[in-house]
Amino acid sequence: MSDLDAFRAEVRAWLEENCPPEMREPVRGDEDICWGGRNWKFQSEAQKLWLERCVAKGYTVPDWPKPYGGAGLSAAETKILKQEMARIGARSPLNSFGIWMLGPALLQFGTEEQKVHYLNPIARGEIRWCQGYSEPGSGSDLVSLQTYGEDKGDHWVVNGQKIWTSYADKADWIFCLVRTDKTNKYQGITFMLFDMATPGVTTKPIKLISGNSPFCETFFDDVMVPKTQYVGEINRGWDVAKYLLGHEREMISGGDSAGELVSLGGALAGVLGRNEAGQLDDPILRAQLAAFDVDAFAYRAMGERFIDMWKTGRAHPASSNMMKYVGTELNKVRHELVMACGGSEALEWDSPETKGGARPRAWLRTKANSIEGGTSEILLNVVAKRILDLPGA
Amino acid sequence: MPLYHNEDQLMLKDSVGPFIAEQAPVAHLRQLRDSDDATGFSRDLWAQFVEMGLPGMLVPEAHGGLGMGHIEAGIVLEEIGRNLTPSPFLSTSVGAVAALAKAGGTQAERWLPAIAAGEAIVALAIDEGSKHRPDRIATTATRAGNGFRLDGKKSFVLHGHVADMSIVAAKTDGGITLFAVPKDAKGVTADPRRLVDSSLASHVTLDGVEVDADAVIGEVDAGGEILDALLAAARTGAAAEMVGVGQGAMDMTVGYLKERKQFGRLIGEFQALQHRAAHLYGEMEVARAAVMKAQELLDQGNEGAKLMVSVAKAKAGRAANLAVREGVQMHGGIGMTDEYDIGLYMKRDRALAEYMGDVHYHTEQVARMSGY
Repeated sequence: MSDLDAFRAEVRAWLEENCPPEMREPVRGDEDICWGGRNWKFQSEAQKLWLERCVAKGYTVPDWPKPYGGAGLSAAETKILKQEMARIGARSPLNSFGIWMLGPALLQFGTEEQKVHYLNPIARGEIRWCQGYSEPGSGSDLVSLQTYGEDKGDHWVVNGQKIWTSYADKADWIFCLVRTDKTNKYQGITFMLFDMATPGVTTKPIKLISGNSPFCETFFDDVMVPKTQYVGEINRGWDVAKYLLGHEREMISGGDSAGELVSLGGALAGVLGRNEAGQLDDPILRAQLAAFDVDAFAYRAMGERFIDMWKTGRAHPASSNMMKYVGTELNKVRHELVMACGGSEALEWDSPETKGGARPRAWLRTKANSIEGGTSEILLNVVAKRILDLPGA
Repeated sequence: MPLYHNEDQLMLKDSVGPFIAEQAPVAHLRQLRDSDDATGFSRDLWAQFVEMGLPGMLVPEAHGGLGMGHIEAGIVLEEIGRNLTPSPFLSTSVGAVAALAKAGGTQAERWLPAIAAGEAIVALAIDEGSKHRPDRIATTATRAGNGFRLDGKKSFVLHGHVADMSIVAAKTDGGITLFAVPKDAKGVTADPRRLVDSSLASHVTLDGVEVDADAVIGEVDAGGEILDALLAAARTGAAAEMVGVGQGAMDMTVGYLKERKQFGRLIGEFQALQHRAAHLYGEMEVARAAVMKAQELLDQGNEGAKLMVSVAKAKAGRAANLAVREGVQMHGGIGMTDEYDIGLYMKRDRALAEYMGDVHYHTEQVARMSGY
């Protein structure tokens, strides 16, 4: 038995013993997802137990080094852990922008002290982070951002406004791009970290076309930020931001290829009905679903390949842009098909039978997939310039 | 296993890539075409393939081959695709070997060492009409004397007119049976047709062809599984070759965007073209991953392989098709000329797209296998 086989056996046994049965049930909705943080209310004892056990083992961030709360697993071991979790349908113990975004940036750019100080509470699910990037006047052209931190010696006084801040109203801390030099566009931004409870920080949820409010406007009114709370170098926050966007795109692109292959057409057959031959009732819709399944199964293989290469430094550094582009466009198609198969029932907005209009709300939510974290058009620009090396892009 | 090439596979790529690019670039295809070559490939080139051990890559070591897998064969096929190299590699060394190795027995003993030694070209006589419908084989094999009598018509048989042996799929009383029909069998006529990509594929007529009982590959009536192995290998191989064709076309096109000027600018500066090129890049990468996944599952003998093979053939088909269409369009007028290579990529893609089931066929298979 190879070392990896032994590791798989060990992981399998650990999961069998430690993953509560409730945590092996499919996620039914947002309420089943554990985000952690100061104000987190566990949905069940099982959710709490599962998080605690994973934290103790380092499995909320399996590939982070042990001193920072991880398990220090290699890429191959991490893949095995994910496969084994998927095999039993184990839920993610902790969802977190700290894990997906800030963590990788700190691991790359943070000081040793910062890593120990910030990463451990992220790994334990104690501090929930949000991301302060976009501003009302700075969307795709993010580097034009105006939120300003005035230098007051040992601290900055930050004024300005962020927008599309995911779950800002629920977050404990924010990692935030703040202009600290108005004379230098790219080298005049600092990547700051501060507590959302700091006086002068207010948030206001934005009601979206889905009727839900996952995003906020976030206002900074004379917010004091100590000059120790930044990542990388002062005025070089754009380097951190770009690196982190790569991870955000990695996250949004999914990369979750460990679970069982699920056919959308197969899943929707029950909704749409079948003809005498047992085939989906509508041949044109069937063909579109099959074409989608081809794309989705192929993209899943791409997700596996991308993660294998990304985690071992083999991927092109800009390839997460391609992944996010393809993945989000595909997800939008998925939800168009879900709506088409659901017919008029899928139009119902708040009936109990439709779980309060889960389908149309999810469908509308996906329209943001190809906008948030870099629009599809920006991503294609990046691929054209950095991967295909096309001129003047 | 991680889904990227390991060190040994990269070494294989590093030796096969330059070899094919030097010995059989697109100019080699042109030379065969323009000399009205009647074989369909260069025997000199095939002899060089033999020197490199390529024809026997998938042949088990016990039969004199290298015992490699579909990932390795795919590396060779991608380079063949990139260079539009005419060769019997896909039918002989991938499709036929997969069937013979799966079946074992007399025919495997007879043909596998010969393939590995480069002494045998094998054709695959599966299709009958103009579309790939392997579940509706009409060719019959009836018991006669000591063996069988074969009757039927086969089409799209690549290398059928020069093959030393053809694997013929026929209907028997209780199912499908595969037969090894030697070149000189009485009653076989192969009528080669030049295809759009300059390859030669035959219409093969089997008119009361008598073969011995030991011509059966595997067992009588039990050819379905062997045929499945043949189809899975050939489809995956064709998908890998299409990735090569698509990549070759894309590289050529992206290169052109960086040198062609209009309105005083490189046309690659125009966002309208940049976005299409970047989209194509994504499609090609996804297709490549799907093909690798199918190869991996086949090599593992995984039961999920069949689904992924159809996914790979369909996805590679769509991506490579996009690559050649965008290729010709972005080249503009010059892309329509015979002198320029991009059109040859479009032609090769069209032939590979049909081979062993097109995008539509495999998309439909995905729906069936997914239970709808």
